[in-house]
Amino acid sequence: MSLNGLAQEVFSFQKAAAAPLINWDYLGFLFKNISPYFWSSLGIGLCVGLSVGGAAWGIFITGSSLLGAAIRVPRITSKNLISIIFCEAVAIYGVIVAIILQTKIDYVDKSPTTGLYPIPAMTAGYAIFASGITTGWANLACGVCVGIVGSSAALSDAQNATLFVKILVVEIFGSALGLFGVIIGIIVAGQANFKP
Amino acid sequence: MYGLESLWFNIKDGYVDAVVRGHRSGLLTSPDYNNLCQCETLEDIKLNLTSTDYGPYLANEPSPLHTTTIVDRCTEKLVDDWNKMRTNADEPLGQFLDYCTYGHMIDNVVLIVTGTLHERDVHELLDKCHPLGMFDSIATLAVASNMRELYRLVLVDTPLAPYFSESLSAEDLDEMNIEIMRNTLYKAYLDDFAAFCNKLGGTTAEVMGSLLSFEADRRALNITLNSIGTELTRDDRRKLYSNFGLLYPHGHHELAGAEDFDQIRNAMEKCPPYQALFNKLGYGESQMLDKVLYEEEVRRLTDTFEQQFHYGVFYAYMRLREQEIRNLMWISECVAQDQKTRIMDGIVYLF
Repeated sequence: MSLNGLAQEVFSFQKAAAAPLINWDYLGFLFKNISPYFWSSLGIGLCVGLSVGGAAWGIFITGSSLLGAAIRVPRITSKNLISIIFCEAVAIYGVIVAIILQTKIDYVDKSPTTGLYPIPAMTAGYAIFASGITTGWANLACGVCVGIVGSSAALSDAQNATLFVKILVVEIFGSALGLFGVIIGIIVAGQANFKP
Repeated sequence: MYGLESLWFNIKDGYVDAVVRGHRSGLLTSPDYNNLCQCETLEDIKLNLTSTDYGPYLANEPSPLHTTTIVDRCTEKLVDDWNKMRTNADEPLGQFLDYCTYGHMIDNVVLIVTGTLHERDVHELLDKCHPLGMFDSIATLAVASNMRELYRLVLVDTPLAPYFSESLSAEDLDEMNIEIMRNTLYKAYLDDFAAFCNKLGGTTAEVMGSLLSFEADRRALNITLNSIGTELTRDDRRKLYSNFGLLYPHGHHELAGAEDFDQIRNAMEKCPPYQALFNKLGYGESQMLDKVLYEEEVRRLTDTFEQQFHYGVFYAYMRLREQEIRNLMWISECVAQDQKTRIMDGIVYLF
């Protein structure tokens, strides 16, 4: 069925007035036919992509402030590398979860009678997708948060060295946010199993 | 932008922002001023400044020192910092930094025109100009005899050109006209600067809005004070007030009609922030007003460093450095003229 035709079937704008706006049977048909491998790949891709995006965002927020502040006060550079490492860790979380997720993927046959993937495989596909976006978005937010705090940490350390440790505590708590996403991601994906 | 500057600001401006905060930590603090106040000669002052940011600039100055040398070298420090930041700035920060210097440009134009009126040598005048407000054609300002020529021959190529459209008249330049020109230009400049900051939006608009309204209100106050007893009419005065600030528009209406200091005071005290300032002055004490206003300005400028991700810090740094140079000038003058009892009267502590 062509894509256009499918859209017309699902959102039945052009049908008789009595037909419902959304044709649930066809919508179900659509989702039943999407491959679980698509969902799992999308989940893994978003997991790595968003995490790395978050880490990169954090590093440039911190990095640019750190460079500028270090011109006058060079002593802050090595200490404030910790902020960069915190941001980098966020990308590593994403990679680790992605590796865990991809080990779950396994080959299954379509059912010869219905032509659909078996139910456990579909469950696994959705679980890996959910796990991937949970981790990805959590890490994106975490990376930005650590980046902004890290930038303030660099600027305040340059003004007053005693502030560094205090702001580092704030940064550690910000960095913990990403771990929450990782934990939930791993738990959600733990149920996933392509082969029953 | 949408209150999310923290996400985007550092893409372009994170580096320069951190640099200006570094410069801020080089400003003199009250212990520095206390040491400077103990000085007996200008050489002592130089010695005390060696350990500060001014050190390298004063290091090679031969004796005997003069107050003007110290001030010039210190200004050079500000100009160097400023130019470095301007070179590293991306848009729209570059335009913002340029806006900050238009005020000096106006002062320079007025200085040259006034000087020419008194038949002073142009080169001598150029030396007195503030280096931040220099532009290419400044030396040719002297040829103009009225405002229309001034605009047509020289200023049309400068950033000040749009501000002139409001004040063009074919009248010859005399003392009074020049002062009116300065204030009309400044009014147009402040209006434009405020509009530009509003366009930038976010924290910049918020921080700069408060700084510029204070500046606008202070100018309105000064214009009123200086025009008491002159031939300036109510309407003339109102034309010189900026179109924003806490006094706009009701306070301006009252200021325009004020005839003596107490009436000005009544008009100003209707704004709570200014009431607090005037409460510091006893009745009839108008000579301390300048210092009180400077202190309030410095307080507001130092507060801008409490927030991150906005452009206000650049403006604040420039104004604070200038205040510091005024302080140093006062201290050096007091030391040079043996007036050390008055030394505390002119110092506005920054931190």
